[in-house]
Amino acid sequence: MDFFTEHLLTAILFSPVVAGLVLLFLPGEEKKLLRVAAFIGSLIPLALSLILWFRFDPTATGFQFEEQAAWYEAINSSFHLGVDGISLAMILLTAILTPLAILASFGISDRVKAYMILFLFLETGMLGVFMSLDLLIFFVFYEIGLVPMYFLINQWGSATGERKLWGGMVVPARTYASFKFMVYTMGASLGLLLAIQMIGVVSGTFDLPELYRSWTSLSGTYFGLDIAQVKTIAFWAFTIAFALKVPVWPFHTWLPDAHTEAPTAGSMILAGVLLKLGAYGFIRLVLPLYPDQAKYFAGAIAFLAVMAIIFGAFASYGQTDFKRLVAYSSVNHMGFVVLGIAAAALSVGTENAVIAMNGTVLQMFNHGLSAAGMFFLVGVLYDRTHTRDLTKYGGLFPLIPVYGGILIFTSMASLGLPGLNGFVSEFLVVRGAWPVLTLHTALSMIGLLFTGAYILKGIKSTLHGPVNKEWIGHLKEIDKRELLVIVPLMALMLWLGIWPGWLLGVINHTVTALFG
Amino acid sequence: MAFPILSIIVFTPLAAGLLLLLVPGEKQNEIRVAALGAAAFTLLLSIFVYFGYDEGVGGYQFVEKYGWLPQLGVSYYVGVDGLNAPLVLLTGIVMFTGVLISWKIDDRPREFFAFLFILATGVFGVFVALDLFMLFFFYEIAVFPMYLLIAIWGWKVTREYAAMKLTLYLFIGSVIALVGALGMYFASGLGTFDMIALEQANFSPGFQAWAFPMVFMGFAVLGGLFPFHNWSPVGHVAAPTAVSMFHAGVLMKLGAFAALRVGMMLLPQGAQMWMPVVLFLALINVVYGAFIAMVQTDFKYVIGYSSVSHMGLVMFGLASMSRTGFVGAGMQMFSHGVMTALFFAAVGMVYDRAHTREIPKLGGIAKNLPVVAVTFIIGGLVSMGMPGFSGFVAEFPIFMGVWGGGSSPINTNWNFAAWVMPLIAIIAAISIVVTASYIIRIIRKVFFGEMPAEFEGHITSISALDKVALIFLATILILLGIFPSLMVPMVESGVENVLRLFGGA
Amino acid sequence: MATEQLIWLLPLPPLVSFFLIVLLANRNKALSHTIGIGAAFLSWLAGMVVFFRAVTGEHGLHGLGEHPLHSAMDWLPLGDGAFQIGVNIDPLSALTLFFVCWTVLMIFIYSVGYHNFGQPEGEHDQKGLPPHGATVTDEHGHQHTVLSVEPNYSRFFAFISLFAFGMFVLVVSDNLLTLFVGWEIMGLCSYLLIGFWFAKPSARAAAIKAFMTTRIGDVFMLLGLAYLYSAAGSLSYSVIFSPEVLDRLVHDAAVGGFLGLSAAGLIGLLLFIGTVGKSAQFPLHVWLPDAMEGPTPVSAMIHAATMVSAGVYMVIRIFPILAAGAEHGLTPAMTVMAFIGAFTALFAATIAVAQNDIKRVLAYSTISQLGFMIAALGIGAYVAAAFHLLTHAFFKALLFLGSGSVIHGMEHGVLHTGNHDVDPQDMMNMGGLRKKMPVTFWTFLIGGFALSGFPFITAGFWSKDEILADAWAHGHTAVFWTLAIAALLTAFYTMRQIMLTFFGEPRTKEAEHAHETPWTMTAPLVILSVFAVAAGWAGIPEDFPILGGLVANFIHGVSATLPAAMIEKAPAFNVIPLIASLVVALGGLFLGWLVYRKYKAGATDPVKKMLGGLHTVLQNKYYLDELYQATFVRLFNWISEVFTPAMDRGVIDGFLHGIARVAFSLGGIFRDRFETPVITGAADLLGNGVKGFGREFRGIQSGRIQQYMNVVLVIVVVLAVFIYILAQV
Repeated sequence: MDFFTEHLLTAILFSPVVAGLVLLFLPGEEKKLLRVAAFIGSLIPLALSLILWFRFDPTATGFQFEEQAAWYEAINSSFHLGVDGISLAMILLTAILTPLAILASFGISDRVKAYMILFLFLETGMLGVFMSLDLLIFFVFYEIGLVPMYFLINQWGSATGERKLWGGMVVPARTYASFKFMVYTMGASLGLLLAIQMIGVVSGTFDLPELYRSWTSLSGTYFGLDIAQVKTIAFWAFTIAFALKVPVWPFHTWLPDAHTEAPTAGSMILAGVLLKLGAYGFIRLVLPLYPDQAKYFAGAIAFLAVMAIIFGAFASYGQTDFKRLVAYSSVNHMGFVVLGIAAAALSVGTENAVIAMNGTVLQMFNHGLSAAGMFFLVGVLYDRTHTRDLTKYGGLFPLIPVYGGILIFTSMASLGLPGLNGFVSEFLVVRGAWPVLTLHTALSMIGLLFTGAYILKGIKSTLHGPVNKEWIGHLKEIDKRELLVIVPLMALMLWLGIWPGWLLGVINHTVTALFG
Repeated sequence: MAFPILSIIVFTPLAAGLLLLLVPGEKQNEIRVAALGAAAFTLLLSIFVYFGYDEGVGGYQFVEKYGWLPQLGVSYYVGVDGLNAPLVLLTGIVMFTGVLISWKIDDRPREFFAFLFILATGVFGVFVALDLFMLFFFYEIAVFPMYLLIAIWGWKVTREYAAMKLTLYLFIGSVIALVGALGMYFASGLGTFDMIALEQANFSPGFQAWAFPMVFMGFAVLGGLFPFHNWSPVGHVAAPTAVSMFHAGVLMKLGAFAALRVGMMLLPQGAQMWMPVVLFLALINVVYGAFIAMVQTDFKYVIGYSSVSHMGLVMFGLASMSRTGFVGAGMQMFSHGVMTALFFAAVGMVYDRAHTREIPKLGGIAKNLPVVAVTFIIGGLVSMGMPGFSGFVAEFPIFMGVWGGGSSPINTNWNFAAWVMPLIAIIAAISIVVTASYIIRIIRKVFFGEMPAEFEGHITSISALDKVALIFLATILILLGIFPSLMVPMVESGVENVLRLFGGA
Repeated sequence: MATEQLIWLLPLPPLVSFFLIVLLANRNKALSHTIGIGAAFLSWLAGMVVFFRAVTGEHGLHGLGEHPLHSAMDWLPLGDGAFQIGVNIDPLSALTLFFVCWTVLMIFIYSVGYHNFGQPEGEHDQKGLPPHGATVTDEHGHQHTVLSVEPNYSRFFAFISLFAFGMFVLVVSDNLLTLFVGWEIMGLCSYLLIGFWFAKPSARAAAIKAFMTTRIGDVFMLLGLAYLYSAAGSLSYSVIFSPEVLDRLVHDAAVGGFLGLSAAGLIGLLLFIGTVGKSAQFPLHVWLPDAMEGPTPVSAMIHAATMVSAGVYMVIRIFPILAAGAEHGLTPAMTVMAFIGAFTALFAATIAVAQNDIKRVLAYSTISQLGFMIAALGIGAYVAAAFHLLTHAFFKALLFLGSGSVIHGMEHGVLHTGNHDVDPQDMMNMGGLRKKMPVTFWTFLIGGFALSGFPFITAGFWSKDEILADAWAHGHTAVFWTLAIAALLTAFYTMRQIMLTFFGEPRTKEAEHAHETPWTMTAPLVILSVFAVAAGWAGIPEDFPILGGLVANFIHGVSATLPAAMIEKAPAFNVIPLIASLVVALGGLFLGWLVYRKYKAGATDPVKKMLGGLHTVLQNKYYLDELYQATFVRLFNWISEVFTPAMDRGVIDGFLHGIARVAFSLGGIFRDRFETPVITGAADLLGNGVKGFGREFRGIQSGRIQQYMNVVLVIVVVLAVFIYILAQV
């Protein structure tokens, strides 16, 4: 392999940072320049990951493009990267969404430089999680992503809105949301941190491929506990951290706040990629490191997933804030991801596990597309109307027909309409989960039903109905730049709906190798 | 006879300080330039020492030894190993940046710099000393100017109280330690203060049992170990900016380092006996300090108590009695030094302009002082142990050390259950979230949000020198976080030495 | 071109047309409908070619069952294998394809006229509302209000194109998953088309109601698919209907089963619930009448030609699973179907009797007729169900389009008088239209008679008769009588409708000024009416007296679709069901004529007189909507608007905030209860002890440097001495 291929992952991983540093030295008042530069900068990782995509050998088993460099010898942690079919899909998703998100935030005119730099750093953080094959490196990137996102929400989030706390304390909504996002996530990943330290102490390494071998086959007693108990505790530490990120009911309450207050592009990335970090954590760490515990507790996790599916849908339906409605829809959709994970954990080694996990990973990708699209469209509407209150819209379809069409298209993708991307993955999850988690799957259908309810509510109160006179003449059609953001997403949704094979082929091989 | 670089490092500040006193007081600019020159020179030398140290070889390097009071077995004996080389570098850095940000000080700058430099000499001396007597000697030199610096240039409201308190604590602490040290001197029967020699004098367990607590606790006072931490927040608050930087950045390390060097390295068995106690106290430091920091409303007090909490982590790592723990402690000393220096520099700059440190009264500073904001945020991320910053690479091994402490080869005669150490680690970990919460609170309230009307126009931008200082410190924190290998191997080599004394390794 | 390739291509033209219109042609009306109709025509052409090649293939129609035209390809790589999708034409799909192609094409053409192509644009028309008419000035300077063109004309053709695509996909697919894809695409289109005039709140509500109600069925169907897929390892017809798989579904405990139901039974029921939603069977029928809010061609499309038929098509398709294990009598699943079907047939018919809206009558009659098919399938009358599906598609499409034509004519009258309070859909406002709109009248008459099953001529008679005959022959007398009564009512309300609409004198000025619709609307009516008659002749039982065997019984060939084991030969001719169907059809028609022949404007509806209070109940559809509203809808609103927020904001967030508060107060306690009093306190005590020490120092701060240095020196010396002395000890 040539030098380039050997270091392709590093190149992808750090190109955004480099771009960010370049931005650092551009004049702060040249907003246009900064925007374009950031956009171009985010295209580099995309281009590189496309190369990665095409050089990736879907038929080979195990990790590819592996790189290993010394990082922290004192505790045997090395900078170890590598990809397989699952992570490749996620990397592609990240690389696709970030440029679009940056393009979507061309409207930002306040401290553009800082904004764009944070965004690029964020991308590196996310990519790092999907690439790392070292537990510690994984954690590093997993946590570091919080920082840019915190500031994006806290500084560029929606300026209005308040949240009442105890004792009559009232804080700005975005302050509340960002604080909750940061501290709640850190708190939950505390267990993860400790568990990682424990693993490091017990098995003396953080290298994942090595841990897959050694950690799972560990026996004896540690810290005065039987290894099984130790693993069970560590399993829950991992699970809670990732469950919060996904998020699974009842750890989901940070999400509607964060998504609602974040700037449009922030919500796009938050829903598009950041939630996937949790699910990815389950697939990459929890299932391989704790197969027995995962199997044993699959029912419980599936239960939480179902709760997320059902109450996510109900809550979403109950909203009058358009963005909040979309935010809750993520809870609902990611529930299926977790359901699939639980099913795979329970039936690992069977056809069901393979199908469920295929559906899960595909669903992660699909939700990335549709959620990002939905949040973007909400943002487009908000930019024009400066309200997210569903009761203030109404009958906009004739005023902005193109936007209307796009909104319906994207909504249907998010609803899981056959022919668009969401359906295949949801069907595969349901199919995989049915034989092993029959009752859970049956109950989750309530959620699926109400997915329709809230999606239609969204369309109903924005596009349909008697036209709201207030907007006549005050509403301009979606413009070229915005089209440039949404059209690629729509194209992907359609393509994945009609021909999922191109992506599933890559995922399937890895999944079959891991869970078949 | 090699080039006596360490001596030069040690005495340059002293010389510079004394020379400054000869310069007429009104020539303020000359004084500043001279001071900066001296600081820069020292920094360069310490950088040289740092990178000149060969961790492959390990042990003590750049050693110099001259007789001093031969009849007492006192000698001038200096050298660096993997543990103190970083601290020498740290001192150089803090000294340099301290001078930079004190550029504008106009109340008797001559004396100010003079005392600051004497202080620096003392600190350098302690770090490089390999002779017990010498160590104490420089220790006192380090402590005393601190009194004057605070009492004269400090914050009017509390400076006398603070200076008094600080001096009391430290003197008392050092006296106790001194008694223990002298005890060693006599008990060893070697008739020398040479620590390398004393390392070999295997003291009787009985002796170690009473000598260790005296020595360790005596120094730990300066390290801010609970319940003797109380002087430090007060001192931080009262001291002028540059002094706070020295104070929290270097002086507290002095305590921790001396406790390690004299206490643990010379009295290993004592250490093994008393470590559970230290561990417990350190745990209190970590959690308790964080909680109190969370409820402080005075900007500087928050940082003060966060120092208590973070120095607790150093003790925590030492108390874990395990290789990773020691490495972490070593890293944390450096990381915290730089971080807290950065903090106090930033706080000072804010205070000089807003003339208040009440967090609720502040706001929107970032608009006028972006560099301060960004660098402070970086410092904040370090202190909340955010991965990718030096805080993480320091804290992570400390916690790992505590996890593994139970099964560490060098902690003999601990007989509590195997789940205790993990439990302690878990409790300590709470501090991470608490820290995060108060750091975020400060960042949000002080640097962002609405700027109160009365500040309009008062928040003037900072000088280039200030920026240099801040960015310099912030860069170190990031570099160390991304490339721990810049320092870890050196610290490790030092730790090897310690472990050897414990019969481990 | 090979037939298989042709089948693959068959559904595509409408899809292409959809995208073309949406992306390019949406500004140009003529171009839009050209593309749309062109696409429909291409599919029709392909459909016909496929149909005739299929039925005249080397195996003939009966051979087609064993050797269907089939081709498949990998779609989803799963595990080491892949999920396959493909196309498949067997007798059943051939038959369905036939009527779908025709009706769809007719509806497309009809839409041109219905949406007033070529008429001026209305001044007050706005997108999302039906056209209000336009004012034009003729050469004499007279002002006329005429029909104005539909504002969203192009969009309409885009939507029905997509709709057609969905139906074609459903028909040609060789597996239940792609069938489901088409199924759902139609669901979307029905939503879009019912809500085509989305600015009308009623239309908007109806659209959502339709989508959600059918979706209830869909999620169950999805479960059924998942179950079937996991039990059979595939969803392709060739696999899931193979004897061994069917046997496994019935007898293998490994694949599950529940409450005494075999896996086959459960799967069958789950899938059937999908049909209940889609084909508007009780209790999920409520969406269909409201769906009349959509433009009439849509009603024809959804409620006759395609969507509701799809539901029935699907259950006919999965009949082998439903019937699996039916060695003795009916399987539980079939019993359920028989019951629901028969009940719905009667139930809907009773409601139809009391409706005055011309389209709603047809809506309920649709529900009722679909009930006939479901019931037929429930009692195992496979062929009869398929047969009725075919005939019904034709005559019901015809009736809907006819009613549309009537409404159109009435609207013309309304515009003429300018009195917009007159509802052009209310049959009470009509009367005497047979003279005004002869073509519409005659075609509607044919359609109506077919629906009522007018003996021997119309298609409806033969298919309905076959259902009754089967019911009788297999001894399902309860079903038989229920359906018979339903048929009687059907004939009655159909005649009522015809009488009210076309006979007597015009009861309003609008009715007087109504006039015939353009050829684009009437031509489809004529063509469809041909099928409404002739379609029946393809299924005349061989052993039927006189007529039997005159035309080869094509329909029975459909049974070849079934696995050989399941094929039953048509029941022997029996006179009782024949008499029954004669009586109910003619009797019903006669009654209708008798009651309404003298109906005058303003008089109360004779049915109302006869039924009294019951009439109100019927008119309000047994208050089912109100019931659902009061129970389910309210419950779910409560959950989502009250319960869930309370849980999230109240309980969960409350808990989190609780933790935060504890942490803060903990810090406070540490500071105020310990740090300040104990630690600081102790230190200060110490401090006060040595205050003097401090006082001494205060002098210094006057600041003369020599003093400082002295102090330093002194201290150093003192220390040295101190140590020295100690050293001597």
